[in-house]
Order: sequence, then C-alpha cells, then structure tokens
Amino acid sequence: MEVFATALPALSDAWGLILQPIVLGYLILGVVMGLAVGVFPGLGGIAGLSLLLPFMFGMDPILGLALMIGMVAVVPTSDTFASVLMGIPGSSASQATVLDGFPMAKNGEAARALSAAFASSLFGGLVGATFLTMFILVARPIVLAFGLPEMLMITILGLSMVAILAGRIPLKGVAAAGLGLMVGTIGEADAGGSLRMATYDIPYLTDGLKLVIVGLGIFAVPEIVSLLRQDRSIAKGASLGAGWFDGVKDWAANIWLSIRCSIIGVVVGVIPGLGGSVVDWIAYGHSVQSTKDKSKFGKGEVRGVIGPESSNNAKEGGGLVPTLLFGIPGSGSMAIFIGAVALLGSGDIEVGPSMLKDNLDITYSIVWLLALANVVGTILCIAASGGIAKLTTIRFTYLAPFLFMLISFAAFQSGQNFEDLLALFVIGLIGIFLRRFDWSRPAFLIGFVLSNPVEKFTNQAFQIASFRFRDSFAAGMEYVFSPIVIILLLVTVASVILGIRQAKMIMAEGEVQSGSKRAPLIFLLVIMAYLIVALVNANMIPDYNMTDKIIPLVIGSVSLFCCVILLIQMMRRPEGDAIFADKEIAGEDASAPHGLWSTLAWFAGLIAATWVVGFILALIGFLIAFFRIRAGSSWQMTLILTACGIGFMCVMAGALNRDFPPGLLQGMVDLPWPLK
Amino acid sequence: MTISKLTRRAVVGLIAAAGIAAPAAAEVDFSGKTIEWVIPFSETGGSAKWANFFAPLLSEALPGEPTVVVKFMPGAGSTKGANWFQDQNHDDGTLLFGTSGSTQFPYLLSDPRVRYEYNDWIPVMASGTGGVAYLNAEDGAKFDGSANALKDTNFIYGSQGATRLDLVPLLAWQMLGMNVEPVFGIKGRGDGRLMFERGEANIDYQTSSGYLGGSAPLVEAGQAVPMMTWGALDADGNIVRDPTFPDIPTFKEVCEATDGCETSGEAWDAWKAFFVAGFPVQKLAFLPGDTPQEVVDAYTAAFQAVTERADFGEISSKRVGKYPVFVGDGSKSALQTATSVDDNAKQYVLNWLKDSYGVELN
Repeated sequence: MEVFATALPALSDAWGLILQPIVLGYLILGVVMGLAVGVFPGLGGIAGLSLLLPFMFGMDPILGLALMIGMVAVVPTSDTFASVLMGIPGSSASQATVLDGFPMAKNGEAARALSAAFASSLFGGLVGATFLTMFILVARPIVLAFGLPEMLMITILGLSMVAILAGRIPLKGVAAAGLGLMVGTIGEADAGGSLRMATYDIPYLTDGLKLVIVGLGIFAVPEIVSLLRQDRSIAKGASLGAGWFDGVKDWAANIWLSIRCSIIGVVVGVIPGLGGSVVDWIAYGHSVQSTKDKSKFGKGEVRGVIGPESSNNAKEGGGLVPTLLFGIPGSGSMAIFIGAVALLGSGDIEVGPSMLKDNLDITYSIVWLLALANVVGTILCIAASGGIAKLTTIRFTYLAPFLFMLISFAAFQSGQNFEDLLALFVIGLIGIFLRRFDWSRPAFLIGFVLSNPVEKFTNQAFQIASFRFRDSFAAGMEYVFSPIVIILLLVTVASVILGIRQAKMIMAEGEVQSGSKRAPLIFLLVIMAYLIVALVNANMIPDYNMTDKIIPLVIGSVSLFCCVILLIQMMRRPEGDAIFADKEIAGEDASAPHGLWSTLAWFAGLIAATWVVGFILALIGFLIAFFRIRAGSSWQMTLILTACGIGFMCVMAGALNRDFPPGLLQGMVDLPWPLK
Repeated sequence: MTISKLTRRAVVGLIAAAGIAAPAAAEVDFSGKTIEWVIPFSETGGSAKWANFFAPLLSEALPGEPTVVVKFMPGAGSTKGANWFQDQNHDDGTLLFGTSGSTQFPYLLSDPRVRYEYNDWIPVMASGTGGVAYLNAEDGAKFDGSANALKDTNFIYGSQGATRLDLVPLLAWQMLGMNVEPVFGIKGRGDGRLMFERGEANIDYQTSSGYLGGSAPLVEAGQAVPMMTWGALDADGNIVRDPTFPDIPTFKEVCEATDGCETSGEAWDAWKAFFVAGFPVQKLAFLPGDTPQEVVDAYTAAFQAVTERADFGEISSKRVGKYPVFVGDGSKSALQTATSVDDNAKQYVLNWLKDSYGVELN
C-alpha cells in the first residue's frame, strides 16, 4: 500500500498545478482549437497537435500540457458531429456511432443523438480518469500480461462483432468482412515486404489504403449520394423532433450501460497496439447484446449511440497508460504528444517508466486535465448541438457540394497524393453497391480495420509459439493458452453464438426489398472475381515469405467459399428471396428523382477537374456549376455560397498549413497558394 | 578506396570544418518568409522529433527570423519523399529536406524504388546517434564480455525488418555466432522493447535516447543486462566506446573476445560500413542541388549559431542525445561517410539478406 501513500500527495499536487486560472485558460484555448479542427474528418488530433508543436519548445510544462491535452481530448467528442449529422466516421473511434447516430438524424432526432453522445462522452471521460487514478499505479504488470496471443484474441473478439452486424443473410456479412480483410492486406506486407495486389509501378498501392479513405468511401459517399438523389433534407420532413434535453435524459436512463462501456473503453485502451480500432465495436456489440428489444438497432436506437460514445472517450484515458508508462503511443496523436512533451520546459519530462517514479504529479495532472478538457468540450458541444442539428433540416442539395469538398480534402490529407481522391471514389463505388445489395458495410469496415492487427498478431504469435513448443510442449501450451486467452475465447464464442441468433433482427440498412436475380448476381460475381485474383496473387509470393501469404490465402479462401455457397443459393432460390435484396427495386433510392450515375458524375467531375487544374480551381467550377445547374440557385446565391465554401477551405487549410491537391496546370505554371 | 580511408578522410574533414568559423551570410534575408522543412516520414517518428527540435532554433538563427514549419510527406519508408525532393529546384531558399538512416539504407542497397541521388543535394547539417544491445537477466548472466557462452541459446528479437536499421544489430549478432531469430513486423523500437519486457523476446537493441528513456530502468531493476554498444567514431575513423555509455563495451571489443568473430575481413567491413551510414551520421538536412552559395552559407551560419548556443549542449542532450552535430563542410564529409559503401560490402550484405531472410532487392 505504500504506492498509495505516495499517490495521494501527488494527486493533491496535481490538482494544485491544474487549478490555476492560467492553466485552465490554456486548457479552454486548446479545447476551442480542438473543436475548430475537429470538423475535418480523419484529420483532427494529428493536424491540431502539429500546429501547436512550434510553440511547445521551452514552454512551461503544465501550460503546454493543458494546451495539447485540451486539443486531443475533444477530438473524439467533436468528430461525433460528422458521424451523427452526415454519417461520416470522423476517426476509428467513432465508426460505430454512425450505425445508429446517423439514422437518428434522419429521423429528425439529431439534437437528441448528439446530446446523448456528448453526455456519454463526458461521463466516459470522467469514469476513465477516476479508474486510471487508481489503476495507473498497478498498470505495468497488467499491461505486460497482454502478450501477442492475448492481443490476437482481443482482435478476434472485435472481429466476432461481424456476427451481430452481418445482417439478414449471415453468409453475406462474413463475406463482406472477408472482403474488408482482403482489401486491408493490399500493399507491402509488414513482415516480409512482399507486395499483395500492388506493384512498384503504382507506388500509391504499396503503402496500402488508409482508414480515413475507406471509412469515408464506405459510409460517407454512399449516404451523400443517396440523399442527394432524393433531393431532400437529412431529417425527413425537415423538422427536428426530440431536442437536446431528451438526449441527456436518454443517457441518464442508460447510465449502467454507459458505466460498463466506459470500463470496456479504459481496459481495452490500456493495451498497447490495439488503440481505438476495436473499442467502439466491442462496446456496440455489448450494447446490442444487453438490450432486450433489439429491433431498433441500425435504425436509430439511442443505446447504439450511448455505448460506443461512452467507450471512446474513456479509451483516450486508457490510452495514456502505454503512452506515459512505456513511451509507446496508442495512436497517431499520442505519438506527436510524446514528441511534444520532450520539447516542453527544459526537457526534464521523459515519457516512460520514470513517469510514475519522478513525475507522478505530472502524470496525474495529465489524467485529470484530460477529464477536465472532456467536461469543457462537452459543455461547449451540447450548447452548440441544438443549433448545429438544424443543418439536418436544410435541403441536402445545398449541403452536398460542401461535403464533397470536405471529404475530398480529408482524403487528400491522408497521403497527399492525387491517388487519394481516386481511391476515395473507387471505395465509394464499392460502398454504394454494398449498400444497394444489403451487404453489411460495418462488417466490411471491421474487416478492413482489423486486417493489419489480425495478420501481425497471428504471424508473430505463431512464430514465438513455435519457439516455445520447440523448448517443450508444456511451455508452448502455457504461452498460447494463458488464462486471459481462455477467458477471451469464451467471451468470443458466447458473443458469436448470441450474435448469430440476434443478427436477423438488426438491419443496418433498414428494410430492403428484393427483386430480380440479375443485378445481385453480377455483384457477387465481381466480388468472387476479385477474391480469385487476390488469391492467385497471394499464392505467387514465394514460400520463404510464408508470413506474407498465409493470411491472405486463408481469409481469401474462406471468403470465396462463402461466396460459392451464396452463388449456389442464388441459383436455387426464387426471385424475390431476401438474398436478392436490392435498394433500386423499391424504397427511397428507387423512387429518387435523380439517378445514381448522374449524381455520381458530379463527384467524378470534381475529381477529374482537380486532376487538370488543381483542387481550388476545380472546386470553384464545381460549386458554381452545381449550385446553378443541380440546385437551380440564382447567380447571387450561387456566388455567395461558392465564396463561403472556398473561403472556409482556404482559412482552415491555411491555418493548419496544409496543401491542396495540385493538377496538371500546377505542374506547368507556378501559381501562388492556395492555387498551387 | 577502402572504407576506413574514406571514413578517416571524412572524419578529419569534420574536425577541420569545426575549426573554421562559418562564413558570414551575405545579403540573404528571409524576413516574412516561411521555410518548409520537409520530412519524408509521418508526424510520429524520430525524424519528426529531430526536425521539431531544430525548427524553432533555426528560425531564430536565420537572417530575418523566418517561420520554420515542419511538413510531413510519408510513404514507402521515406523513398517517396526523397524521390520528390530529387525533382525540386532552388526557388527562394525556403525548402529544406531531412533524411534518416531509413533513407540511406535503400540507397546503399540499390533498392529499385530509389530514384534519388544523395550527391546531387547540398547537405547543411548532420547529426548522429548510438545504439545499445541488451539481454534478459537469465542470458545476461552468461555474458562475460564475449558471446562464447551465448551460442547455444535461441534468441528472439522483435524487428522492424532486415533491410532497415535492424540490419546492423542482426548482422552483429550473426557475426558473434549467436542464433537470433527476428520476429518481423513491429512498428517501432518501442514495440520491440515491450516485447522484451513481456518476455516474448529475450534480446533487444535501442538507439541511445530509447535506451536511456526505457531500457536503462530495466537494467537498474535487474531485468536486463547491457551487452554492447555499436560504438562511436574517433577522429581517425576508428570505433571507440560510445561517450554516452563509457562503461559498456563496444561490439568491436565483444567481437574480439568472441571465438570465430573477426574485426577485419569482408563481414566486418560490411558491418562497419552500414553502422557508419546508420548511426554516427543518421540524420541529414539538405538544400536542393542548385542552391546558390550565399543561401547555403546562410543556412550553414544559422546551424553553426544553433550549435554554438550556450545552452545547446544541455537542451540537445535531453531531446536528441549528446552526439556531435556537423555543419557546413562537416556535413559534407559526414554525407560522404554515410553514403559511400564499397561494392564488396554492399554485395556481402545483399547476399546475406538473401541467404538469411530471403529478401531480394530488385
């Protein structure tokens, strides 16, 4: 108990450090900046922190920490706006929020969804901090107990959520997840450097696809295109039903769910190497399993928002453990954070084991600054949510061009290549067809996100296990089947069994009518063709690089097997069976006034024009043409809106010191920023 | 020309350059401009830390005190950014480019993706680091200054890839006759240390700052035993003890004490060549090849002023390690040292990569 004897004075020292007006001022400044940056999906924390870095050198440590933590802490809160209002997953931490948050916005409950999410975030952050205050003292041995087999099992637990999200035809869900896993293996393999479905002639592919692009493509593009075709507002009837106060009440009514998911968030967040990629799916799965009436999930169930949002802010707290105690960043923004801490003051604070011995007061300050930043950020967000929710009542045709602008810019920032935009378009097309034929998009995304961890942990755990088995059979078994692995295995099995039973009730895409055989069959054949090509490609990797080919071969074969069964079922079953689900047969998409291809052509046009004249010039042309022709606005309105869009883009990019995609024109003529 | 001659010439050059006062910058003024320091890695790596440390200091020291911003252009393990920089021309002197050992190794190994040529660029600053290998407590007890008692142990090492900086430790261990099996695919040396702490790996190495921050506490707690450093170069290009770790023997000493390990011959030359390219001259800052001399001089003077700050020793040791920073002509010699590997050494390493790890770079 002597650790606790040193902990209490350190805790009170920490509060002494934090509760100074100037520290709180810097914290609020950081929070406000974080919120402003957070509007960019997939960019938030990293861009914001990079912006702050030049000022960190020699800065008073506690002030610098307040500023940085203020900024980092609000990112998982502020990206909820994009998830709920637009169906854009802002970061890996808010993927699951989209599943129920966006349908709520479509039902006119945007304010309710937002405030429920924010209340959960706040609570999750506080639970996380309280838990960490105790836990951080004893965390080291627990973190070290999570070896490769344990991490692999947690990844598989995350993957097992596919069972719940698979939709009406479980085989389709499994195949979608398999396809996601296979898309995740594209590029240079981590272990041996072999190329999978890539060539050095297209350097872009060798680095693999980025999560931001896949997230935007799979979720955002199909929704934007669908809403644009229907030419209406996000909220049906353009009215807001439940207000922000209802959301807070929803959270209060589900406080136990919020507590449980917060704990899940902290505990999974603590494990280095997993970061945020699985937390929200596990929390979402838990929310589904612990709810009696599951029929509303995927259509706007508030518990589906509360669960993931409680977990993702708590995860930030948990993520501090590997960052501070081991110096191993749990996320991109944490990596910059570590670098920035070294610049603070006289460089005395060294992130690593000494944080507990020499700098426990600083450690506690960081934990509670994070919690305080959550409080400040949440209050600001809830205050704003009622107003911002009104966006959902605007005719979507006026929002869509700005969304195309935002997602293109966000996609470009992930790799700063023109190919980023092409990849966004292609993935968007895949997303549109997955949605149309009722193949589970969440399952695809889970597969993609977990592809790298699954492959990495499997290979490494297998390699080390084989060394142990060479020593003795007992040593090998002890390594592979540790108590933690066995517990996780049981949880996974239970979750798969429960999931399969419940999956039929959860329709992430809502009711989808079935129709003729032709279109769904062609889509299935296209997927099978890709899988076969990928399998052949993986098989060409020489055998001494077995670690690079084994996972694509196994996953690809399983997915292909699922597809073959689906094909047989499709041939046997009559037209109109659930297996032939097709959104173009009946429903919103089918009755939309605009066609798919003509709508998509606008987006394609923006990308093609960018290739020729660069992003900003292309954007000017795109916005003017779109507002005049598609939206039918007056010239005055068109010019005002275009100026607003361009101005916003330039101010944000200028402040963050970001470039725009250049085109052929920029290759020939030197133009000043922002045109360059 | 042999490597040691080259090295000696380079290092003598370094020393000479340090003696010459940097020439005064003539009429170069960056007032109101923004200098972009492009790093071909992500925001999260060691090179980002390095550039972020120097950027504000450089800003103060350049004439006109321009803003210096660090920009990141990650991709293909820095090859993408370096290929991009190859195509850049001098504009107004506001472009600076930073490279690391990961940019040098593919260049030295003639990776087919490399379309850049170090000799086309003008180096203005170079800095280095060291590295320390260590063992777990059980195997460390068998270590007696030689690796003789370690040859029967199966070692596991968490590695980022045999063609990266990990080439240096992997080759060293093999030369000692140790049986080290790398587990590939980890993302940073921090992950490797964690694998070591979990007991899954039983041998590890860290660069100097990583060792001081994370591994030295393990040594204090009796969970790890330092084995050797890679050493440092003296003025004659000889490997001597690393000044940061004067109590830890160098690989050269351990090799001499170990049966069957030679500190001459092609294996040794190859190891030394890659060690020099990866550690004592690890990170370099460049201007485009056609930059006019007065701009180069302005940068040289500015970096010189940075290293001459009264507090430089103190602030740099905590943030980038206490290793020499080469400026001006010193950085030219440093570049020469870091990018010249004779063909035998290169061929040796290429063959070794193929035989041991099945890696073929073409």
